[in-house]
Amino acid sequence: MKKLFDTQIKRRQFLAGAGTAALVTGFPAVLRAQEPASVKVGLVHPVTGFVSFSGMQSRAGAEMAIADINAAGGIKSLGGAKLEAMLADSQGRPELGASETARLIEAGATSIVAGYSSAVSLATSQEAAKTMTPHVVDVGVADNIMDRGLKNTFRFAPGFGSVATTAVEALKEINAGGAAKTAVIIHEESLFGTGIAELLANELPKIGIEVLEVIKHANPTRDFTNIALQLRSLKPDLIIPANYYNEYVLLARTLRQQRIEAKGIYSVLGGAASNVQFVKEFPEAAEYIMDCNHWYDPKSEVALKRRADAEAKGLFYTYEVFLAYNAVAFLADAIERAGSTEKEAVIEALRNSNFANHGMPYGPTKIDEKGQNTGARAVNTQVQKGNIEVVLPKEFASADVIFPIPA
Amino acid sequence: MVDPVILIPSFINGLTTGALYALVALGLTLIYGVLHIINFAHGAMLMMALYGVFFLHRLFGIDPYVALLIVPPAMFAIGYVLQRFVISKASHGRDENILLVTLGLSIVIENMALYFFRSDTRTIDTPYSFEVVEFAGAFLPLPKVVAFFGALLTAALLWAFMARTDLGRAIRALAKERRGARLVGINVDHVFAMSFGIGVACLGVAACLLLPGYYVNPQVGYGFVLIAFTTVVLGGMGSFVGAMIGGLVIGVVEAMGGLFLGDSLGQFGIFAIFILILLFRPTGLLGHKV
Repeated sequence: MKKLFDTQIKRRQFLAGAGTAALVTGFPAVLRAQEPASVKVGLVHPVTGFVSFSGMQSRAGAEMAIADINAAGGIKSLGGAKLEAMLADSQGRPELGASETARLIEAGATSIVAGYSSAVSLATSQEAAKTMTPHVVDVGVADNIMDRGLKNTFRFAPGFGSVATTAVEALKEINAGGAAKTAVIIHEESLFGTGIAELLANELPKIGIEVLEVIKHANPTRDFTNIALQLRSLKPDLIIPANYYNEYVLLARTLRQQRIEAKGIYSVLGGAASNVQFVKEFPEAAEYIMDCNHWYDPKSEVALKRRADAEAKGLFYTYEVFLAYNAVAFLADAIERAGSTEKEAVIEALRNSNFANHGMPYGPTKIDEKGQNTGARAVNTQVQKGNIEVVLPKEFASADVIFPIPA
Repeated sequence: MVDPVILIPSFINGLTTGALYALVALGLTLIYGVLHIINFAHGAMLMMALYGVFFLHRLFGIDPYVALLIVPPAMFAIGYVLQRFVISKASHGRDENILLVTLGLSIVIENMALYFFRSDTRTIDTPYSFEVVEFAGAFLPLPKVVAFFGALLTAALLWAFMARTDLGRAIRALAKERRGARLVGINVDHVFAMSFGIGVACLGVAACLLLPGYYVNPQVGYGFVLIAFTTVVLGGMGSFVGAMIGGLVIGVVEAMGGLFLGDSLGQFGIFAIFILILLFRPTGLLGHKV
């Protein structure tokens, strides 16, 4: 008689079932082995608020670096682990930068790249130091960020002490003919502008340039006519601005409208004279402006390729983009060498970093006891015929400096 | 460090800047004077209008002054719809709700701008952007001179509109006595929305006059909105002539403050005025109790 119900499991059925079970339960393990856990990197930038343009540029640069590193196979010593960006907005406010940093670390960020502005970088690095989370400062230039000697905090780019020294030495060389004898410094009122202004006001007299006036302005400033009028009455040979982009644009426009003519405009970390957008939109106002600022090595293929990639994405290749890019690349290089995301191991690897694939005029990174890359330096650029040219130091120069401004 | 050579130009410059403040404040004073709405979205709407002018120029090559024919009417329509179908509906007639609704609107508008336009600072280059007019030793940028007379004209037109037209009378009636106005047959919802629309249209005018010499980014409204509130308080809530005078006074105070106290303290004078007026003449220079 034929059985109505076949309750016995046949050998073939058993094998099929066992095989499926093995596939279902075992395969994820195989997958896990092929796809190691991602390395979470917290990016804290002021993407809203008064410096949001720079914040967005910084974020874009950092994300470009992460995409490039992942496309090149991720962190190889961790089995090709991908970097994963965790984004936060500081709105340019230190207290918010700190609380967002704490939130990202809580949510699993193994390291932090922050914070564009000096004041925010001070707060984010201090917050990360509480948990000894590795922190790379991308742009914040204030010297006291590094002077505190926090063990977790590193900076790839130069601080303003170094930039001001470079700026003064370069100015001495540019002004060898003695065309400029007086200067007025115009700076924004936060840590960055005030710090630069103080340093320059002390140093310029030593190279024979008298500082007639140091003029501070707020962020935002809606109208620069007053400052232009003061310049007209002071008649300085050199105008030295240190301010953020929006104010720089208005200042440059007002100087032109008010027909203020100086022998030169020499910005220190002024932003706009090394800013592709400014030069493109106001070629006439920008012509001959000199800037001592962060800039890539114009002879480096790495830098030129990154610039082309950024521009292909519709980005202006400003200093925020390449510094944030390099801050992430510098960190990724350390994680690669550490072969681990353990905080102490990464900090140790950052300390011993000799990262060279950055396209900056720095040489391989060499970190001092405070966490600062000692090879980092600013260069002098000048807008000539609508292009930003590197004019000093000579080994990186793409053009000769033109000073004083031809009549 | 005050040289008469710079004192006079600085004073004149203060007047021209002040006219721009007045222009932004005109809309605010109308909206406050009639609707008693403290419009926190005023700055965000100015930013929206500035983007309108910017894109008309960038995409279609329309000059900002020609855009005066397009942007203010468009802003009027937006304002009308917002008041009639968003603010009045969401607030249920309660003042504290209105505050929150306009604050919410400003956050939405700003973040949408951030999303769509990114936070780039954008400017336009017109053939006259760098033209200057020489007057009493001052070099006045042509766009500022145009804005100065544009603001005066707008204030005069608004005043004539309020004094001479039926709609103007209806708006004034509503401002004085809402229930009475309804009883004599004024369509309150419509007139409210018209007032809000006109107030917002003023921002359209301000944007067209402002952009040739200024810039736009999603945060641009912040710089103006606080000044506009101070102007309205100084001039008297709901008074156009007051707003005009208030704007000019604040422009001059800011310029002189900048000259005497340094640029970063220049705004100190503005807010000192704000507090003094609230203490000693809360109705403002030309205001009266509504």
